[in-house]
Amino acid sequence: MARKRREIGKAGWRRTAVSTVISFIYFFPVLWIILTAFKSHTDALSTPPKFIFTPTLENFASVFARAYERGGAAVDTHFDLFFFNSIFIAGASVGVALVIGTVAAYGFSRWPLRGNETYLFIILTTRMLPPIIVIIPIFIMFRLSGLSGSYVGIILLYAAFNLPFTIWMMKSFFDEIPREVEDAARMDGSSEMKIFFRICLPQVKAGIAATAVFGLILTWNEFLFALLLTGRDTRTVPVAMAQTIGGDIGVRWGLLAAIETLFLIPVVIVTFLLQNQLLRGVTFGTIKR
Amino acid sequence: MADIELRNLSKHFGTLAAVDDIDLDVEGGEVVCLLGPSGCGKTTTLRMIAGLEDATAGDIFIAGSRVNDLAPRDRDIAMVFQFYALYPSLTVAENLAFPLHAERISEEEIERRVNEIAALLDLSHALGRVPGRLAEGEKQRVAVGRAVIRDPQCFLFDEPLSRLDIAVRQEMRGQIKQLLNGLHKATVIVTHDQIEALTIADRIAVMRDGIIEQVASPHDIFARPANVFVAGFIGTPQMNLIEANVIEADEDSATVDTLGQEVVLPLHAEVSLQGSVGRRNAPLTVGVRPRGLAPAPEPGPATISGRVDLIEPMGAETLIHLRIGEADLRVVTGRGHAARVGDTLHVAPTPGQVHLFDHDGVRIAS
Repeated sequence: MARKRREIGKAGWRRTAVSTVISFIYFFPVLWIILTAFKSHTDALSTPPKFIFTPTLENFASVFARAYERGGAAVDTHFDLFFFNSIFIAGASVGVALVIGTVAAYGFSRWPLRGNETYLFIILTTRMLPPIIVIIPIFIMFRLSGLSGSYVGIILLYAAFNLPFTIWMMKSFFDEIPREVEDAARMDGSSEMKIFFRICLPQVKAGIAATAVFGLILTWNEFLFALLLTGRDTRTVPVAMAQTIGGDIGVRWGLLAAIETLFLIPVVIVTFLLQNQLLRGVTFGTIKR
Repeated sequence: MADIELRNLSKHFGTLAAVDDIDLDVEGGEVVCLLGPSGCGKTTTLRMIAGLEDATAGDIFIAGSRVNDLAPRDRDIAMVFQFYALYPSLTVAENLAFPLHAERISEEEIERRVNEIAALLDLSHALGRVPGRLAEGEKQRVAVGRAVIRDPQCFLFDEPLSRLDIAVRQEMRGQIKQLLNGLHKATVIVTHDQIEALTIADRIAVMRDGIIEQVASPHDIFARPANVFVAGFIGTPQMNLIEANVIEADEDSATVDTLGQEVVLPLHAEVSLQGSVGRRNAPLTVGVRPRGLAPAPEPGPATISGRVDLIEPMGAETLIHLRIGEADLRVVTGRGHAARVGDTLHVAPTPGQVHLFDHDGVRIAS
């Protein structure tokens, strides 16, 4: 017999303590950034570091509007636009990748081509190089095609980056679902379209959620291509954040921390909303059907 | 004209012939079981009838028209799958209604039929649930319900009971038989469970290695197996099949040399050794079911003797394994028979229980 199963939430105080300590160590850098976001410039720079301080929201205010010179008037930093850009670009590119990738994965899984495995391998090879190797050709392509600095350009690029991963991941989810159900639908008079939308897609919802979260995180944090290929109006938060470093009073850690804290919120929200699906997604196939 | 006709049907996967040139007729109202060990081609045959697999050669006729080139949905058939194949994201009611959506039936009519089928199969309480929340037996009933709701020309069942535990299986077996009797459609059931086949089928087609070895009623399959394979495959405990050589034969009996002993076998009207099969030294396979051997008090011309090797009580009866040289002879005796391991036991075939097969394993009949 297997060991008696513990009820959820009854791990015992020792295990709870150990996992609390480990979680704290892992989470500490994030915690420190959140704390720093609420510190004044002096508090942020003090040695030894301060744990007790008077919290202030001035960093958050100066994310969106601040004076660039000592004593100057506060100017709009356009950070609201950059946040919108990050959300829009990540969302759109992951959306595009999911639509194309899911359909492609279904095709690879259910209607294999001659040399199916080779195609899949070739798709994967596009992610084998470090991205920096392809940056010069991509930069030139973007300049020549006029995509440089446009939403369409960067969304297409990110979608292309997410696609191999999406196809591979979604294919494994489709492979897991029993074909018998599709055969049954076929005999019950369903068209192939209906089989895909009504029978198969609902079964890989968890997989789509998991793939979306991974894709969003990857795209959300991307810096290098965004730096080179976005323009003033399409700049994403990571790029804009890097550009706030420097200026008359050195690195404004409080400001950076505030941006980062704001930058974390959408990730937390998305992960929280999808956590049930995500958990089912990553444990997919390990459960007996 | 049969409702389902298979003519010279073959299916090759590369060089492997999964189904090799088979013919089969299923009449309207008849239940035919395809029975055989795993990999014998029975499921492939079923999937070809369903249209889920293309035939390499041969023709499939349903209700007289050739359906080889028709899509599954145009063949007017319904199938119950081994793993039920319920639509996991739809409720029981939606699962049952699914086949009706393709048929342009009004919503009220759909609802009426769903409720009717649910009542018939005792599923009314579960209509709002999704398949994940059903017991195995309920899933099975939903799968059956989804097949019968559309009133198709014929039914196909792929191992319908294999996922159920024994108690539920027996109950479902009865229910399915009753349901099929009421529907009166041509039905093909694939199974590897001979009890299932023997109880449900009107006729059984025993398959091996892509060919049909015998098609006959359950009784005939059991009483008159066409060859050594069918004889050994049908019936539990398995039929004893022993090599023998003819010494002499007449109308009522045959004296054979088997397992180093000379035995006089009682023959009957259906089995006789005339002509070349009865000549001296002709090789034979003698088949006697374990229940067709009776213990005898004394050794005699009609008995075979062996040492009791293993005793398996089976409740009402006892299965005794006799060791004779290298061979193992299975004998079923009454519960009261007191044999002990190591004893010598003499058994004689009861008249009418002897099957003879020729050198090629084919049944010898008069």
